[in-house]
Amino acid sequence: MRAWFFSENAYHLLPDKSEYDSIRVKLPNRYYDPKIGADLYHRFMDEWQIAEDLGLEIMVNEHHQTATNLNPSAAVVMGALARDTRKARLLILGNPIANRREPVRVAEEMAMVDVYSRGRLECGFVRGVPYEISAGNHRPTRMQERFWEAHDLIVKAWTSHDGPFNWEGKYFHHRQVNIWPRPYQEPHPPIWITALSPSNAGDVGERGYVVACFLTGFEGTQAVFGAYRARRAELKLSTPPLDRFAYAALVYVGETDEEGYAGAKKLMWYLESNKVPPQFTSPPGYHPTASTVNTMKGAVPGIFKMFQNPALGPLMENGLVFAGNPDSVYRQIMRMYDHVGGFGHLLIMGQAGFLDHDETVKGMQMFVREVYPRLKELS
Amino acid sequence: MASTTNQAWLTVNTVRLEVLGRGQGRPIIWLHGEEGLDPSAPFIEMLAAHGQVLAPSHPGFGHSPDASSVDTVDDLAYLYLDLLAEGNLRNSVVIGSSLGGWIAAEMAVKSTERLGGLVLVAPLGIKIGDRETRDIPDIFALPPTEVLKLQYRDPERAAIDPSKLSDDQLTVIARNREATALYAWEPYFHNPKLRQRLHRIKVPTLLLWGLDDRFVSAANYGAAYRDAIPGARLETIDRAGHFPHLEQPEALVGRVQAFLGDRRP
Repeated sequence: MRAWFFSENAYHLLPDKSEYDSIRVKLPNRYYDPKIGADLYHRFMDEWQIAEDLGLEIMVNEHHQTATNLNPSAAVVMGALARDTRKARLLILGNPIANRREPVRVAEEMAMVDVYSRGRLECGFVRGVPYEISAGNHRPTRMQERFWEAHDLIVKAWTSHDGPFNWEGKYFHHRQVNIWPRPYQEPHPPIWITALSPSNAGDVGERGYVVACFLTGFEGTQAVFGAYRARRAELKLSTPPLDRFAYAALVYVGETDEEGYAGAKKLMWYLESNKVPPQFTSPPGYHPTASTVNTMKGAVPGIFKMFQNPALGPLMENGLVFAGNPDSVYRQIMRMYDHVGGFGHLLIMGQAGFLDHDETVKGMQMFVREVYPRLKELS
Repeated sequence: MASTTNQAWLTVNTVRLEVLGRGQGRPIIWLHGEEGLDPSAPFIEMLAAHGQVLAPSHPGFGHSPDASSVDTVDDLAYLYLDLLAEGNLRNSVVIGSSLGGWIAAEMAVKSTERLGGLVLVAPLGIKIGDRETRDIPDIFALPPTEVLKLQYRDPERAAIDPSKLSDDQLTVIARNREATALYAWEPYFHNPKLRQRLHRIKVPTLLLWGLDDRFVSAANYGAAYRDAIPGARLETIDRAGHFPHLEQPEALVGRVQAFLGDRRP
């Protein structure tokens, strides 16, 4: 198994939650102090470099108009890390291509990071969480169709080397596509795609990309990985190796369980602070109609209940948080691993909120020294 | 397609539509707004006293399936022009409310060949303010209760209790919201070109507006619409918000009746 260190680069110095009604989309940026922000950027870049020094891989993501994540451009951050690192694989998970106006620009940026890093880019594509809809001003309906057209255009831009090609699709139009640079890796950087539901997972499986689940717990993750494997079996495609599956959780390893739980509670800031009203969590068309109907009836999908009132116990029981001493964390990871048929990538959300630099680094060090060697043996 | 009194299905140019049909006589096409079509709403029966009412649910609304080829108001306008042509309907009165008013206006700027008159009930679809002034409140960024307060004179009346509704009714509500987002997301509830094209409408046009419409006002948005359509008349309806057909159905149908009476074929 490979482990990836991931941080949302949050700006956590916010007024009390009662003073605003949404941390996403509409929180005024007067609450953001660019001088503190600059220090935070440098601190987070340092932590990614430390992750590399410790032997971890690096993951960056992207969100917009939110204090929970100050990376509105994953390409910019990864461009800097491509220069500051030498050996780690660099995962962007991902580019929200259903919300981006210019897939060709995404193809260019990703090719550039790939070349700059001498072929270390792993390129993720995501549909984007619902709160990204207003920030991107993009229509929440028929997103999958737009997502896959953007994907097709990007892959074609990466793999066409004989001058311009034409693209007049349903959503995107370019008559002269001919990107410079082209990617370093052949035929292109490995592709990752996140899936929250089994319906999308089958489409990812069919293409053989890495499928990633974020905080989906035991049942949700099993459903996604199962659908991926089932679609490949159905189409008589090769059995996917473990490195096609990734799971993201909040992870904190301490010397004792108590220290691990204390670190994890600080990581939970990310869930606790995610105050978002329904018009931004459920833009019409983003969720399947049937699940919207269930929500109207007051049903909250199991996994989201935990986000409403996050508590460490239930989050750990459901596999969204792996925390404690090294043996405890190893056991928790293996319980998830065994439940979902195995996975080859652990995406470690290892910094959030008030977890300071020393605590963040200690959590990484403990993981690398005490847990990672046992996980590496799994592959 | 001749008329009947029931719910029926029509296929127009391969697009399947749920259509409510009531009454006999001169064709009256009702194009619903973003709230969808409630088959039990009293205004439908009242309208049917004055002609043959045909009220389709736009693709994605009600029980009408999504149509992959239809994703803009422009598509809907052509779809309903095709509906008139395939049914060989003439001298039709097209009435549209809100989003439906936008569709009706888009039809009329394309062709009035089969239209005898146009009634726009608090139509959306045009841009009147500058680029930093939103003419139409952003329903996708407001709490649902705030949207009801803007759209209804009496928001209490419009509030739903999901526990009293069937899965089918809830599904229709959810689909109506999704379809509204499909057609109206961007540009937001308008076509930047529509206002400059409204002069092409050469059939008698009545604009009806709830006096208590807090969503888009008669004095501002309604007046701009009226000024852009040659000879159009703007009338207001007391004690009604953005959907006067729901809050004051008698008054709305009375105004339509007078309009039809003025314009007997």
